[in-house]
Amino acid sequence: MTTEILGVGFIILASALLAWPLGTYIAGVFRGDKQWLDFMAPLENGILRTAGLDGQRQMDWKQNLRALLGTNAVFFTLAILLLLLQGYHPFWNPNGFANWEPTLAFNTAVSFTTNTNLQHYSGETGASYLTQLMVFCWLQFVTAATGMAACALLFRGLANRESDKLGNFYSLMLRSATRILLPISIVLSLALTATGTITGFDGLTEVTTLEGGTQLVAGGPAAPMVAIKQLGTNGGGFFGPNSAHPFENPTYLSNILENVAILLVPMAMVFAFGSYLRRRRLGLLFFGVMTVLFVTFVSVSAYQETVGNPAMHQMGLATADPNLEGKEVRFGPAASSLWGVSTTSTSNGSVNSMHDSHTAVSGGVFLLDMFINAIYGGVGVGFINFFVFVVIAVFIAGQMIGRTPDFLGKKIEAREVKIAAIVAIFHPLLILAGTALTSYLQTRNPDIGWLNNPGFHGFSEMLYENTSAAANNGSGFEGLGDNTPLWNLLTGSIMLLARFVPIIGPLAIVGALAIKKPVPPTAGSLQPDSLAFGTVLLSVILIIAALAFFPVLALGPLAEYFTL
Amino acid sequence: MPYALRYLLLSLLTMALLGVLYPLAMVGVGKLIAPHAAAGKPIYRGEVLVGYENIGQAFTSDRYIWGRPSAVDYDASATGGSNYGNQHPDLLAAMESRAETLLAAHPGLTREEIPVELLTASGSGLDPHITERAALLQAGRVAGARGLDPQDVAQLIHEQRQTALLGLFGPDGVVNVLQLNLALDALDQSVGAQ
Repeated sequence: MTTEILGVGFIILASALLAWPLGTYIAGVFRGDKQWLDFMAPLENGILRTAGLDGQRQMDWKQNLRALLGTNAVFFTLAILLLLLQGYHPFWNPNGFANWEPTLAFNTAVSFTTNTNLQHYSGETGASYLTQLMVFCWLQFVTAATGMAACALLFRGLANRESDKLGNFYSLMLRSATRILLPISIVLSLALTATGTITGFDGLTEVTTLEGGTQLVAGGPAAPMVAIKQLGTNGGGFFGPNSAHPFENPTYLSNILENVAILLVPMAMVFAFGSYLRRRRLGLLFFGVMTVLFVTFVSVSAYQETVGNPAMHQMGLATADPNLEGKEVRFGPAASSLWGVSTTSTSNGSVNSMHDSHTAVSGGVFLLDMFINAIYGGVGVGFINFFVFVVIAVFIAGQMIGRTPDFLGKKIEAREVKIAAIVAIFHPLLILAGTALTSYLQTRNPDIGWLNNPGFHGFSEMLYENTSAAANNGSGFEGLGDNTPLWNLLTGSIMLLARFVPIIGPLAIVGALAIKKPVPPTAGSLQPDSLAFGTVLLSVILIIAALAFFPVLALGPLAEYFTL
Repeated sequence: MPYALRYLLLSLLTMALLGVLYPLAMVGVGKLIAPHAAAGKPIYRGEVLVGYENIGQAFTSDRYIWGRPSAVDYDASATGGSNYGNQHPDLLAAMESRAETLLAAHPGLTREEIPVELLTASGSGLDPHITERAALLQAGRVAGARGLDPQDVAQLIHEQRQTALLGLFGPDGVVNVLQLNLALDALDQSVGAQ
């Protein structure tokens, strides 16, 4: 047991220690500083020039937004076409998978375009190698890079002094892929291969088992995809059970590598903020606020899993043992909880255990993590979500001291606060409306057959699915039979709205802040890097999440907990 | 050039780099530097592929150490877990029936002592490991079925015990069921040869 806790501590510490220098490096990439990877410049320039895009032109927030939405619309179109026509390509499809059903293709194309990677299909039984690589692996890079570029625009807007130019989306997006995600993915992919993560194009192999039976084993080029799935907070697994599958995550060492990779870039983005704006103390404060929540969640979840399943203990079975349904022995309960909290904090969505089978409280913690969706958060967009909380906290702190609030020398006025409030409320709106609709349909027609679990836990399955879509997370209470036209269209629409509204809103805010005249700091100015502001910020995050979501948490995980 | 076309070109070029070149290079280099691991650590007995080190197999015979229950019956072409919540009646019923099987096969074992991994299905359905404790309690049954000394079987289990990573991180004292059963077969043959 002790070694399991040590392992958890090691993963958190290693992630933070690696994220610090990476944050400085990312800030350098965003600023366009000289770097050793400058030898990539001809390739990047070549791609942009061939595509007829100007990577130098400084653009304001609206021009950048148009570029972001335009490129993403084309990503989506290409993805859905390749899925709809999967059955027609003659190569890289050793198992002969057919074309996709349209609503599933829509859901999956949205899912990968929005960096969600919610999977209503199962990799080894539905996706050809061409689909896995040219659609999924590609989108896992460019959508993560889209989020990082959006975050770079936000940094620039906060740093600007009366200039509306936020940078160039094309160049920021491409270089986030080629200079941040790609180099780390290469190292990680090779390391994962060395631990036994399957890396080949062999299709199904036939094993003669020791007892004389036949076992068909699906393989594939998993290591390169697992690497970017973790680093880009994508989470879309090569195989159905994701990183619980021994070919995606074969050992405790590979588990350490992958879990660090989940946390690495999201943590680094917080440090990149501090480095970019030369406000490292403030970056550390933000990191501290997030880490307080993160460590609390990990502790609660790991404790619950280690104590075990009360329903099993009441039967007099394995009375001293942890909850291992849906978990792998090589990771154990503590590392499964850490992964669960990591993946729901960072909008990653990969799993190394089945969240459906976690204890009620753990499931509630994972939900809460996605309700907040800004504890480190998805690459780029996580920090943008956090920024929304910061604007609201600055506003509330300003109200407390009775003056127009300012943040980093910029006055935060009514328009900015309104946008932030709308974005903050939009997230619960999507989740609660989706859950209400699906619960209603389920009650109207109890034989609809979605749910794998009866009672409160069944409600949690629907709540989790809607939450995961709205948080662009992608994990699931996978018992839910979610490959139906209704779920495909509903969660597809939620993912789209939940991806782009929280990018557009904050970009509009920084677009306005960027051109504002700086106000000189006075004795009455808010000190954002003070412990007092940190406390206000933490309270704002908890109050917004608790107020909006306490009723559904009470109906699902809490009700389950108290009836065990 | 209209922007839709420019974005299409950007997409195709990045797709070539990140969706084709990157994974192909990683597969190529990965196979070069770690061919055995890249292939998923296959295990051959003679010419026959008998398994992959980390992919569990179903064991039901008395001659073998049993691994974890699997929601997909160790089908490695369509993997997954049960996704049962803690109170699901089917989960509780499955655990009860697994317990009864284990108790019947292992005299002296009590309900409270059954290791939880022998009652619960893994997330992948392919979990290759159980704890050393779960293997040891089966030593008597396997020794009986094979006509071996239970001490020898227990000794073999101890030899197969895997410690935490560097002795520090992660679960301590697990055994890989497939490798253990391969070692059992090997032990059997060497005893038979004597």
